[in-house]
Amino acid sequence: MSAHAEVLKDSRAATAFNVDRIREDFPILREKVHGKPLVYLDNAATSQKPKAVIDSLVDYYTHYNANVHRAVHLLSTRATAACDDSREKVRRFINAGSTNEIVFVRGTTEGLNLVAQTHGRQNIGPGDEVLISGLEHHSNIVPWQILCEEKQARLRVVHIDDRGVVPLDEFEKALHERTRLVAISHVSNALGTVNPLADMIKMAHRWNAPVVVDGAQAAPHMHVDVRALDADFYAFSGHKLFGPTGIGVLYGKEALFNAMPPFQGGGDMIRSVTFEKTTYNDLPYKFEAGTPDIAGIIGIGAAIDYVNDVGMDAIAAYEQELLEYATDAVSQLEGVRIIGTAPNKASVISFVVDNAHPHDVGTVLDREGIAVRTGHHCAQPVMDRFGIAATTRASLAFYNTREEVDALIDGIRRVQEFFS
Amino acid sequence: MSDLNDLYQETIIDHSKRPRNKGEVEQATHSAEGYNPLCGDRVQVQLKIENGHILGIGFRGAGCAISTASASLMTEAMKGKTPEEVEIAFRKFRDLLTEDQAPAPDLGKLAVFSGVREYPMRVKCATLAWHTLRAALRGDPQAVSTE
Repeated sequence: MSAHAEVLKDSRAATAFNVDRIREDFPILREKVHGKPLVYLDNAATSQKPKAVIDSLVDYYTHYNANVHRAVHLLSTRATAACDDSREKVRRFINAGSTNEIVFVRGTTEGLNLVAQTHGRQNIGPGDEVLISGLEHHSNIVPWQILCEEKQARLRVVHIDDRGVVPLDEFEKALHERTRLVAISHVSNALGTVNPLADMIKMAHRWNAPVVVDGAQAAPHMHVDVRALDADFYAFSGHKLFGPTGIGVLYGKEALFNAMPPFQGGGDMIRSVTFEKTTYNDLPYKFEAGTPDIAGIIGIGAAIDYVNDVGMDAIAAYEQELLEYATDAVSQLEGVRIIGTAPNKASVISFVVDNAHPHDVGTVLDREGIAVRTGHHCAQPVMDRFGIAATTRASLAFYNTREEVDALIDGIRRVQEFFS
Repeated sequence: MSDLNDLYQETIIDHSKRPRNKGEVEQATHSAEGYNPLCGDRVQVQLKIENGHILGIGFRGAGCAISTASASLMTEAMKGKTPEEVEIAFRKFRDLLTEDQAPAPDLGKLAVFSGVREYPMRVKCATLAWHTLRAALRGDPQAVSTE
């Protein structure tokens, strides 16, 4: 081993983050793709699952599969207790004040739609405004467009600058007495920009506008404290947080949740039903009609346990270091341009390669075993802002390594051999 | 495992870098726009048809190597053809991309796309220009979508 490598190894050991050991927890990382070791750099689309999460699903289905809140038998009691435990884990994970404020949904998208269809429909009228940013992806644009169209309200956009930053002064100027709601992502999925959320929320609250946060890309990468942020609603997905697909969380302040009408009708969300009149259940069940995704709820709890064991501070520090390493390496490639150069970023490097379309880049990288996302990342307005149709996006997680970043760089060179 | 060179054959790389018939067709009689929502690629195909034959054909738009080369080679191959001949060629081309059999012998240069079969996610890239050409011939100027 060279002296340089020794130093590198030492400096990494100093961060007390043993990525080799962590990788052993993720069975999929041993897979081969086209005969090459999998290099999974598509974590912003979905993350891989540690064995603890996979085991929690198998354990539920093998040993205590039963419906919740309905029966007196032992299995139902165990399943109900497991779901209650998970809700408490989620509460602590985002530092909510009460489990009444934690509603399980299918994912971030459903959480945002829930707010639009309940709080939004109740509080937004003709001439009112919903404010979003130019960074948003489709699931934090379209629900508000639907709402605004229905209510003859206006959807206002604060555009991003050349770095992919939402200018705070522009954001502040866009707020006024008709702003009834602000919907903004914590971290951009397409560019990785981290928004100064606490400041934005303070500004919005000066106009009494509640703020809905799309936290899908933040929850896996940084501490989220909904009370410190003073967020009114905060939505995120289990599957991007090393948990299963089909489960997500919508946090909402209890007073807001209480004032909102139900989202969907059905079992679990009622207290009593007659043909004349139904009374609704207490929070959080009011917003959870029907049998929930029990396995998913248990799985997201296991994922949070896993992340807590590794430690979110250690994860954030390691990922920042890796992001810097990757950013430096990609920047040094001639003919490659990084899209999104905000000073505060998390996990994502979006880039374009001269003379090579992202689709072709993705295909060549795939043959090298490297999984990246190519396309518009469900954020076409962001692409339009930069005058491009698509990018290639490498998105990192704490199980990725410098060696994998090096493989990406070699892959991009291979792309360039092909197309330039 | 198929090699990348089977997908990106020399002719494809050549046509993607120097696309033929790219640009406006003068006195075009037919036109349509195609869209691939998967990647956001757009292509416009313009035609000048006289006496039932395609006298002029051109395309505009940005896309990946496969979609650009496909548009370029398609415009070369379909010049002078009738709408019926376009339809027959399209079916053979589509079969080339999706069916596990020897390519039709009269596909000519279009046979270079045989490697696409191994990349199901890329079939839409190769057919975008063709769907757009067929929409133009139907007199349907609305954007066609490959979805």
